[in-house]
Amino acid sequence: MKYKTQKVAYWFWALSMLLLTIQLTYGFIMGFARLGYDGLHQWIPFNTAHTVHLNTLVVWLLAGFMGAAYYIIPEEAETELWKPKLAYLQLIALTLVGVAALAGYHFNIWEGRKFLEIPRELDWLVAIDVILFLVILLMTILKGKKKSTTVWVLYGGLAGAAVLYLPGMISFDSQVLDSFFRWWVVHLWVEGVWELIMGGILAFLLIKLTGVDREVIEKWLYVVIGLTFLSGILGTGHHYYYIGVNKIWLIVGGIFSSLEPLAFLAMTLWALSMYRKGEKKHPNKLAITWTLAAAIISFLGAGVLGLAHTLPQTNLYTHGTLVTAMHGHLAFWGAYASIVLAIITYAMPNLTGRKLYDHPRGRLAFWLSNIGIFIMVSAFAAAGVAQVYLERILGYDFGQVQNEIKVHFWVLIIGATILSTGIILYIIDFVKYGLPTDEALEA
Amino acid sequence: MLTKQQAKIFFLVGTFVTFAIFIGLTIYSLQQVQTRLPEDVARGKHIWEKNNCMGCHTIMGEGAYYAPELTNVIERRGEPFVRGVLQAKKPWQPNGRKMVAYGMNEQDTNDMIAFFKWIGNLDLNGFEKVDRKVSPLAVDHMKDNVE
Repeated sequence: MKYKTQKVAYWFWALSMLLLTIQLTYGFIMGFARLGYDGLHQWIPFNTAHTVHLNTLVVWLLAGFMGAAYYIIPEEAETELWKPKLAYLQLIALTLVGVAALAGYHFNIWEGRKFLEIPRELDWLVAIDVILFLVILLMTILKGKKKSTTVWVLYGGLAGAAVLYLPGMISFDSQVLDSFFRWWVVHLWVEGVWELIMGGILAFLLIKLTGVDREVIEKWLYVVIGLTFLSGILGTGHHYYYIGVNKIWLIVGGIFSSLEPLAFLAMTLWALSMYRKGEKKHPNKLAITWTLAAAIISFLGAGVLGLAHTLPQTNLYTHGTLVTAMHGHLAFWGAYASIVLAIITYAMPNLTGRKLYDHPRGRLAFWLSNIGIFIMVSAFAAAGVAQVYLERILGYDFGQVQNEIKVHFWVLIIGATILSTGIILYIIDFVKYGLPTDEALEA
Repeated sequence: MLTKQQAKIFFLVGTFVTFAIFIGLTIYSLQQVQTRLPEDVARGKHIWEKNNCMGCHTIMGEGAYYAPELTNVIERRGEPFVRGVLQAKKPWQPNGRKMVAYGMNEQDTNDMIAFFKWIGNLDLNGFEKVDRKVSPLAVDHMKDNVE
């Protein structure tokens, strides 16, 4: 590492690893419940498991992004982090809010709005925490020697995520309005500003790993995020087809959400061409592998699988079925989980001084987790398509159909076991690197 | 060849224009949405959220895909059935999937029913209507068989 205060990142990523473990555990509880093995129902009913699964996903990714920002911004701005003690305070506050929220979900303390289940009282604490995070970063950027495009895109994505959290805090009596503005948070995060964060991290990794000129990489970064917003903002309309708002969204949402894969395609082509163009190949091959995987799988998961059911004519049948779960799992894995795992893989040798660039356990972690997620997504796809046909076309009862497609949940569990084995190996690696040390400081 | 400055302009202009259109369409759409709801419907929504029903069920297609879609539940299952489920004091297990026993009182049950009826009467562009469940192809096929 180049600056001592980059060490803050490690602790955010440690929190990420812990939350990822919880997310997977609750995923298994849900998977087994779908098969009829729900012995924990009395203490952890499905809605609790589902809420914990989704919220740990969001928070481990956010903690991953925050860690990435604390690592990248000092290095890019060429300065130590502004008031690093406040960054540790911000981490502790985030952890406490997270623990309180997760504990509360087991006692029915929640809002019951998918992805935004955190009670309003805790929402305010989240907002304060994020403001503190943004202030620390902004002060670091302002006192820095350099203000790169990569930094501003990354910071813009993080600040945008904070601003877009606010519509989710408004209370509505109408389910229509509630749903309308819930998507301002969820959609405009994952198909909007989070792509800026991903783009910023990807640009940093490409600069470091390929050695291609920064100006070239950052030029294409603008193109990628331009395509993201051009398609993604109005693409929000694909969530408005069937929630009781104007029919105009059928056209607007259909057209613009169909264009959304272009941004991910551009991201894939950008990463691959920069990799090919790069004359300096960084020895951290694992980091390169995770980085390219993030660019490619995000296109498959978010782009192609999203396109598969985004048109209103198709979505009329697939909306609210396991087809959505198919798309959601690969999209989150490819776009966001993989980029967080990529930046951690890149940064850990630099933070700890242990140059474990390419080793069998790390490679196994990559392949097992990716093979596992593809098996899971295939299981969701088969279950989802069968569900659409039986329930939505032939008109069978929901429960009957779920029993008919039960076999696919066994495949899902097998895939999840392989994925989890990969993640466990990744976490073993994370632990084996040891703690970050000042001795790892580059001269 | 595209320069970095041109790429930046593409990003800024594209974002500004699409965001402006998005805000315009939002204002246009929300003018046609009912904002003042009967009190029982609003209370029903609050009970829906308090119990995190979306953590298992879906409504307007949004939720957890573990338990049935409830947008049209009153029309599909009838009010007495729904009332019975909400007031059940013992957990039950339809098709092997356990549901929490909410044991709701009369007032809460009425509010939930009002909420479901309100949702069921929305124009959802054909989503979750009984006739939608039979595809146009299937309808033709069924006609052929009858003839």
